[in-house]
Amino acid sequence: MIKEIFQILIFPGVAFLFAFGLAAEFIDRKFCARFQNRIGPPWFQPFADFIKLLGKEDIVPGDADLTIFRLMPVFALTSSITAFFYIPLWGRQALFSFNGDVIVVLYLLTIPTLTYFLGGWYSRSVYSMIGAIRSLTQLFAYEVPLFLSILASALLADSWSLSGICGFYAKHPGYWVANLLGFGIALISLLGKLEKVPFDIPEAETEIVAGSFTEYSGRLLALFRVSIDIEMVVGASLLAAVFLPFALNVAPALGFIIYLAKVILIVIFIALARSLFARLRIDQMISLCWRVLAPLAFLQVLIDLFIKGAMR
Amino acid sequence: MHNSHDVQVPLGPQHPALKEPESFLITLRGEKITAINIKLGYNHRGIEKACEERTYTQDVYLIERICGICSHSHSTCFVQAVEEIASIDIGMRAKYIRTLIAELERVHSHLLWLGVAGHEIGFDTLLMYTWRDREVVMDLLATLTGNRVNYGINTIGGVRRDISKEQGKEILKGVDLLEERTKYYIKIATQETTIIKRLSGVGVLSKEDALRLGAVGPTARASGIKRDVRKDDPYAAYSELDFKVITDDHADVYGRTVVRVLELMESYKMIRQIIKNIPEGPISVKVPRKIPAGEALSRYEAPRGEDVHYVKANGTEKPERVKVRAPTLANIQSVAKMLEDRYLADMPIVIAAIDPCFSCTDRLISLRNYKSKNKKIVTWDKVRLAGINWYSKQGVDFTKLNKKFLIP
Repeated sequence: MIKEIFQILIFPGVAFLFAFGLAAEFIDRKFCARFQNRIGPPWFQPFADFIKLLGKEDIVPGDADLTIFRLMPVFALTSSITAFFYIPLWGRQALFSFNGDVIVVLYLLTIPTLTYFLGGWYSRSVYSMIGAIRSLTQLFAYEVPLFLSILASALLADSWSLSGICGFYAKHPGYWVANLLGFGIALISLLGKLEKVPFDIPEAETEIVAGSFTEYSGRLLALFRVSIDIEMVVGASLLAAVFLPFALNVAPALGFIIYLAKVILIVIFIALARSLFARLRIDQMISLCWRVLAPLAFLQVLIDLFIKGAMR
Repeated sequence: MHNSHDVQVPLGPQHPALKEPESFLITLRGEKITAINIKLGYNHRGIEKACEERTYTQDVYLIERICGICSHSHSTCFVQAVEEIASIDIGMRAKYIRTLIAELERVHSHLLWLGVAGHEIGFDTLLMYTWRDREVVMDLLATLTGNRVNYGINTIGGVRRDISKEQGKEILKGVDLLEERTKYYIKIATQETTIIKRLSGVGVLSKEDALRLGAVGPTARASGIKRDVRKDDPYAAYSELDFKVITDDHADVYGRTVVRVLELMESYKMIRQIIKNIPEGPISVKVPRKIPAGEALSRYEAPRGEDVHYVKANGTEKPERVKVRAPTLANIQSVAKMLEDRYLADMPIVIAAIDPCFSCTDRLISLRNYKSKNKKIVTWDKVRLAGINWYSKQGVDFTKLNKKFLIP
């Protein structure tokens, strides 16, 4: 019992996730800065920002719906953290698992986007409302390719549980290579989910200030920021578990380092995309997702079905 | 047109996309812009009136502060007008130095624009790179004139600082570096997929519209209009330099980008020619304090387009009237046309594509009484009276001050 509480609250649970989220934000910012020929922030900058925001005044717009406005950051944070417990990090077994937890994790990772929508919508500011609508529009574009590519991997593993998927790929090393196309699709979709460049349309600074978060300040903004960081780590962990399931049979310490390396690799990819691309327009983003990514994801499903047929 | 699905979004007077205060009230249906209401006048500084109160020499420094980026453009335009009235020939060396500073200024202005354009479409890497390289030209300007932006090199009758042979070598070195970097930016701006996706077909201004709306500078040249004061009405040393007027037929933001980056290459070419061909001679001639009565209109190709100054002299040491038409005023009309049926996401880059400089543009302010029925314009006397009354209510007594300023 005490062991489980320790696992949930400290390691590899909330406290670890919090620290790793802020570290991931630092890595993202530092790498992006170096790519852009800047010096970049010191390592504690995300944490300092968090502390500073906690000390600031919470300002709630007069017209905003107080309950939803205050609840949404908490929802965003908790749903990302909950999703984390079902993802195998190192080794084959997640903290908790049951058959069908793939669906639950994907669902839990959708909730933060919904909270951005609701939080922005109930801020009752024009910029927030446009940002909120854009968040939701974007959600319908990237979710389908993301789901399809992850489900394709699950199809090959013949399991609806993330631990089961990892177990399959641990038993059949090398099979994950078949899902590399899906990995690419999922990476691009993850950029959309995390609202990072080139899909940072919902918070396009030069158009709608900060989108959904325009009216947020103080502790609520700090919670939102940290929940985005944690979502980044959880999303990267999910992709690492589903698409990069190698070196799972090593000692826990080494496995932990490999896990960190996988996640950091994905975070560096995010930073690279940020420094390489311009922001797309929402219509361009949707047509990219539906015309290119979704058919490719279907192709990935077909590939996995063929391999599965060949395995029999 | 207006129905319940429309949302009015205020871009400005304060907005992250805008560097200066101006208001764009846009009506959106979904992501599409259905109407746009542009309002200038947040930055009126009364410079023209202030010029009438000062001597010509003081005016040069005041005029230089109209714009933070094209400061040399405004001051050159003004001194040219004054020199024309006084019929002074300043000599070729001074003209070459003015042209050199002008072209260096164009380089730093266009590099700045490229960075801003990158930022507006969310491509911050371009901003960081171009602004880093812009430091090279800023440093050159600092070594030549002592300042990074307001150079203060112009004076009526010539320039205030000479350039040495060593400085010439330094400039050539800097220009070589910048040319290499600019070639790289030309490659990025014309080949990078997301940039092209965001720029081409956006903010289209046909040649006819550009002519009708009186567009100037790179905005006009990107619509295929070969209009450049440096060629059409050569001033300073431009008649002796060999350069091309860059035009482009894309007529959109992409075309405006291409025109600006290619103009950079032309500027480097001109700077090299200036360093090579600069003649010996005095850098300034003596000009009497009192300028004879007369008037002159001076044209100048600023980085943003044609800059026009009108100066009327009345034989004293202060001008009778100074009128400034900054290039943004000529281009702002076309923004509404460019934004027809475009998306909200295109708004920042389309506005940025004319390279606006709103505080340079503000030449007029009108106060309207919105409480009255026909929103009448409030006259100067009434504003004064209202001010005096307001202060006397606060307990400030004006009667002790000079009586002649008071309105009975």
